[in-house]
Amino acid sequence: MSAPAPSTPLIAFRDVARSYGAGEAEVKALAGVSFQIGAGEFVAIMGPSGSGKSTAMNIIGCLDRPSAGEYLFKGIPVQGLDQDRRALLRRHALGFVFQGFNLLPRQSALENVELPLIYKGLPADTRRALAREALRKVGLDGREGHDPSQLSGGQQQRVAIARALAGGPSVILADEPTGNLDSARSHEIMRLLQALNRDEGITIVMVTHEDPIAHYAKRLMVFTDGHLTRDEPVRERA
Amino acid sequence: MLWEAVRLAYTAIIRNKLRSFLTVLGVVIGVAAVIAMVTVGEGSSAQVKASVERLGTNVLVLRPGRARMGPPSAEPVPRFTLKDAAALAELSIVAQVAPQANGTYSLVAGNANSSAQVSGTTADYLKVQNWPLALGRAFEPGEEAAGASVCILGQTVRDKLFGSSDPLGESLRVRGLACEVIGVLSARGAGSFGQDQDEVVLIPVKTMHRRLQGDTNVGSISVALLKSVDSATGIRAVQALMRDRRDIEIGAADDFSVTDMKDFNNLLSGVNSVMAGLLSAVAAVSLLVGGIGIMNIMLVSVTERTREIGIRLAVGASGGQVLMQFLIEAIVLSVLGGAIGIGLGLALAWGGSIYLAVPFTPSAMVIALAFGFSAVVGVVFGFFPARRAARMDPIEALRHQ
Repeated sequence: MSAPAPSTPLIAFRDVARSYGAGEAEVKALAGVSFQIGAGEFVAIMGPSGSGKSTAMNIIGCLDRPSAGEYLFKGIPVQGLDQDRRALLRRHALGFVFQGFNLLPRQSALENVELPLIYKGLPADTRRALAREALRKVGLDGREGHDPSQLSGGQQQRVAIARALAGGPSVILADEPTGNLDSARSHEIMRLLQALNRDEGITIVMVTHEDPIAHYAKRLMVFTDGHLTRDEPVRERA
Repeated sequence: MLWEAVRLAYTAIIRNKLRSFLTVLGVVIGVAAVIAMVTVGEGSSAQVKASVERLGTNVLVLRPGRARMGPPSAEPVPRFTLKDAAALAELSIVAQVAPQANGTYSLVAGNANSSAQVSGTTADYLKVQNWPLALGRAFEPGEEAAGASVCILGQTVRDKLFGSSDPLGESLRVRGLACEVIGVLSARGAGSFGQDQDEVVLIPVKTMHRRLQGDTNVGSISVALLKSVDSATGIRAVQALMRDRRDIEIGAADDFSVTDMKDFNNLLSGVNSVMAGLLSAVAAVSLLVGGIGIMNIMLVSVTERTREIGIRLAVGASGGQVLMQFLIEAIVLSVLGGAIGIGLGLALAWGGSIYLAVPFTPSAMVIALAFGFSAVVGVVFGFFPARRAARMDPIEALRHQ
C-alpha cells in the first residue's frame, strides 16, 4: 500500500541544495532536489558514494540544513531552525539507526535505550518502562542488563533500533543499518524494520547500497551526482 | 535532568579513577593548603589575641642591656636589683611591680623528676600577669621577706610531677632546695612563640637569690601601669627613673630596654595577618593551577568522547544539555577534590596545631568558602571545555573515530 501523498506530507524537499566550502573549492552535494515522503512509507535511498544520499539523509534527520531551497518536516520549515530547535525535532519526532550501531559503551542495553527519553525529561520509572517495552518489540527482552560488548552485532543493532523506537518517533532514519552485519543478521534486521513499518505505522527512510536490502522497502529513490535520478515503487520480489 | 547529569558525571569519574584523582590533585592540594594554613593561622592569632586580652592593663617589661639587634655588647651592663624594683613601685603611675630572677633547674618530687624555668618573684607577679591561681595561695609578705622555701607550680609541672594527686603541702626539690608547694597556677597554654607558659615554678625572689642563684641580680622587672596611664607616658617615666638610678649622662643611650607588651603582641598579630595574606595568595595560585589541571583533562575528555557527544546530539540533546553535562562533570570533579582537600587540610591543621601548640580552631566559614571556591573553579575552568562539547556539529562528531 504505497501511501498516496496526504495534503501535508511528512517530509517535503523543494529544490533543496547543499554545498560545502566556498568559491573555487565549492562542492555541491545536492543540486536542487524535490520530493515528498508521506507518513507510513518505507523508502530506500540508493546511489554511489558522493551521490548526495547521505547529505539528503542528514537534512531529513535535521542534523544538517539546506543551503538553498526548502525542507518542510510536518509542514515546519527546518531551514530556518537553529541547532537547538532542530534538536527538539530530533528528540520528539525522529529516531536514528546507524551502520556502526553507535551505542554508548559501558552502558547497559536498557540505559542506551533510555538515553533519548532522558532528554525528553521523562521521570526514571516511565523511562524504564518505555525502554523495556521497546526492547521487547525488537526481541531483546531478558537482555536489558547486557553491555553492548556482551551482545552480537545483530543484537547491538536491535538495541539501536529500540533506542530509535523508544521515544515514539514519526520517522526512523536508518543509515546503512545492515552494513556491519552478515547476510543472515541483515535479513533479520530488515524483517524487524519491515514489521515496525507495517505494524506500528512508523515511516522508515533507509540508505543502503545493497539491492536485496533495498527490496524490503516499498519505494526506491536513487541519487546520482546530487540529483534524484530515480523514484519508483519497489517491485515485489520474485 | 540535573540529577541525571550528576549521576552521569559520577559514572564517568568512577570509570577513570586514577585519572580523576590526578585531575583533582591540584584542587585537593590547593584546598588542603588553604584549610591547613588558615586554621593554624587563626589558631595562632586567637592565641595572640588571648594573651593581649589577658594583660588587663599595660605591662612594661624592663631588661638590662640595649634594645638593639645584633650580637650582644662586649662591655658589661649593670644588672637590675630589688632596689630598682622598689624604686619603680614608688612611681605614682605604677600599679604593681614584679621583679623576676629566672633560671632553669631540675625538679624532683617523690620518684618523678623534670626540669622547668624557675622564677624568683613576688606575689604581685600574679597581678601583673593577670594570672589567677587554680589551687592554694600566693606568697605571704612574711615569706617573701624571709626567703621562705615555698613554691607555686605551673600546670605542666604539676601534671608531670604530681599527676592528678593534690600537690598542696607536698615537698618539691628544686636542685638542692626542698620547698613546700603552696599553690598551683591556672593553665595558660602556649605563649606568643608557642612556648609552654605552664612549665614554670614560682618561688619568692629572695629564696631564689639566696638558695639557688647565689647573687642578687634581677633578670627583668615587669611593671603594670595604672589603667588611666597611657603606655607612652609610662615608658617615659620609667626610662627617666632608671636613667637616673643608673647614672646615665644626658645624651648617652639607655643601657636597658623597656618593652610594651601590648605593642609587642600587636606586632605579633600584625605579622600573623601579613602571613595570612601571603598564604591566601599562595592558596589562590594553587587553586588556579588546580583549575587549569581540570580544564586540561576536561578538554581531553571532550575530545575522547566526541562520538558519545555526537550520539547524544543525534538522539535529541540540545547544546545546552550537553554543556550542562560536561559543566556538571567538571563541578563534581572539583567539588570532590575540594571535599578531599578539606579533609586533608583539617587533618594537617590538627597535626600542625599540636606541633605548634596553638589551639585547633576549624572555622566553618573557611570550610564553606573553600568548598564554594572549588565549585567556582569547576564552573570557571569547566565552562570552556563544556562549551566546546556543546558546539560540536553532530554529523562531524558521529563520524569521529
